[in-house]
Amino acid sequence: MSSPADLTLAEASAGLRGGKLSARELLEATFDRASLTEAELHAYLTIDHENARAAAAAADEAQANGLWVGPLHGIPVAIKDNMVTAALQTTAGSQILAGYVPPYDATAVTALKSAGAIIVGKTNLDEFAMGSSTENSGYGPSANPWDTTRVPGGSSGGSAAAVAAGSAMIALGSDTGGSIRQPASLCGVVGMKPTYGLVSRYGLIAFASSLDQIGPISRTVEDAAATLEVIAGHDPLDATSYRGEYPRYRSLLGEGVSGLRVGVVAELSGAGIHPEVLSAFRSAVDSLAEGGAIVSEVSLPSMEYALSAYYLIAPAECSANLARFDGVRYGLRVDGATVEEMTARTRAAGFGPEVTRRILLGTYALSAGYYDAFYGQAQKVRTLVIQDFTRAYEGVDVLVSPTSPITAFELGSRTEDPLSMYLVDVCTIPSNLAGTPGISVPVGIDGAGLPIGFQIMAPALGEEVLFRVAAEVERASAWNNRRPPMVEADHGV
Amino acid sequence: MGRRVCMESVRGAPTIGGMAIDIDIAYVARLARIDLSDEELERIGRQLGGILEHAALVQQLPTEGVEPTSHPLPMVNAFRPDRVVPPLERDTALTQAPQAEDGYFRVPPTLEAE
Repeated sequence: MSSPADLTLAEASAGLRGGKLSARELLEATFDRASLTEAELHAYLTIDHENARAAAAAADEAQANGLWVGPLHGIPVAIKDNMVTAALQTTAGSQILAGYVPPYDATAVTALKSAGAIIVGKTNLDEFAMGSSTENSGYGPSANPWDTTRVPGGSSGGSAAAVAAGSAMIALGSDTGGSIRQPASLCGVVGMKPTYGLVSRYGLIAFASSLDQIGPISRTVEDAAATLEVIAGHDPLDATSYRGEYPRYRSLLGEGVSGLRVGVVAELSGAGIHPEVLSAFRSAVDSLAEGGAIVSEVSLPSMEYALSAYYLIAPAECSANLARFDGVRYGLRVDGATVEEMTARTRAAGFGPEVTRRILLGTYALSAGYYDAFYGQAQKVRTLVIQDFTRAYEGVDVLVSPTSPITAFELGSRTEDPLSMYLVDVCTIPSNLAGTPGISVPVGIDGAGLPIGFQIMAPALGEEVLFRVAAEVERASAWNNRRPPMVEADHGV
Repeated sequence: MGRRVCMESVRGAPTIGGMAIDIDIAYVARLARIDLSDEELERIGRQLGGILEHAALVQQLPTEGVEPTSHPLPMVNAFRPDRVVPPLERDTALTQAPQAEDGYFRVPPTLEAE
């Protein structure tokens, strides 16, 4: 065996329970891996050595006293830095929140801690989760563990890079237009966006409230499902939190796909998708058919307009949400003679170029005279996207597409042209508009040695069938928890 | 007043009812309370023109009789029990303030001095 840092959650839990591994050993192996990789990756903004060590010692002590805290007992977990953590700096990747120390934990963080998880630290992201490469971070970009001259994707790029490199076993991300699934795809790990409302957004620094959703990034489908079981649940502190039943998401793993109806989304699996990505995608679809799934092609005509609608709706919501950063109660302040001058100077100094661009875009799209033509029309397109999905799910159980049209691109190659960056989200955005779940599973490697991700989408609350299909894709792909070359040689402690 | 970026002059792409999209970028920045230099306004105005040209694709879909969606879940009025719980302590809330005084957030004057 290599380092304990490379174990899956299921393997590590077994080791911890059986006394073959301690939470301390596991955490130190994780820290060692971070020491080995962070200079190149910059996956973390903050590593909380002190509190993590104390929590790991407490976990070992609890176990020595016969107490197993919960399903994540002793598991090193990283948190995207747009989720607030009590007494631990939280920046959302923005200079406007440099030094901000929240007085409370996000509900998802509380859930992880209650389940016994050890919080390793806070991961890098595009500022306020706006971006697809982590290059928009106010603290410098992260790199891809498979090729450090390339982006890890975004906006949860730090979380995906950390899980791929082994400097976290599991990480939380947030997904507004693909920000969990796309970096997972580019880093060769599993990333899952739950149905809107399953995971509380309380303590998630809001970007676009009707689209944002927290979800897990992990190395296996089973680990993602196990983590979702911990973080999903009704929360009275989030008015949009789902009030119904929360099933056990691992219940259908290993059931196979025999008899399941799988729809290939025509609009997302042809033109515009790189040939190598398409080829790996088609192989994975073939493997589902071999596993007994009934595969058909499905057309969702509104998909081509989803991206345009998204880039009106998300900026409109962000322009309202980010109004709270006004230099009054927390974060940066640049002095001015009046409140308005102070606020305008603070925001100019604190927000990076992409966030500024999106706030202005949203302000414009909501302004008098343009509201109906842009925002109002985008909301109607959103309805059409939802109707297309609803119609499609009458005939199939899940829909599939590539996660990203391309594999990891070179750092700096798309930063000058915002639109070229937006286009990489084309396959993931529709699920956010519809509030439905999606997952990315690694299925192959391109000629440059970069991971390729396969996306599965399901109807609202269709997590069980989503994970069931994902597990079969994972099994059939023989990906087998493949690790990036930079950590392959590390045999750890 | 204000710096206007006309998309027609940028890309030759009239969009709304045959009229060019006209962005008064300085006015938009003022609404958003972001103090930008002339150079930044110019650059962002041009970029927004290109993005809006793509976003304007939403106008190509026929949407007569389609209701707008503001939220993916059909939720109305999510209530919770009206229980009194202790709020965040005032001192705790003020720990992150750029400037605080006597238990309050301190800010510059709201109105300019005459």
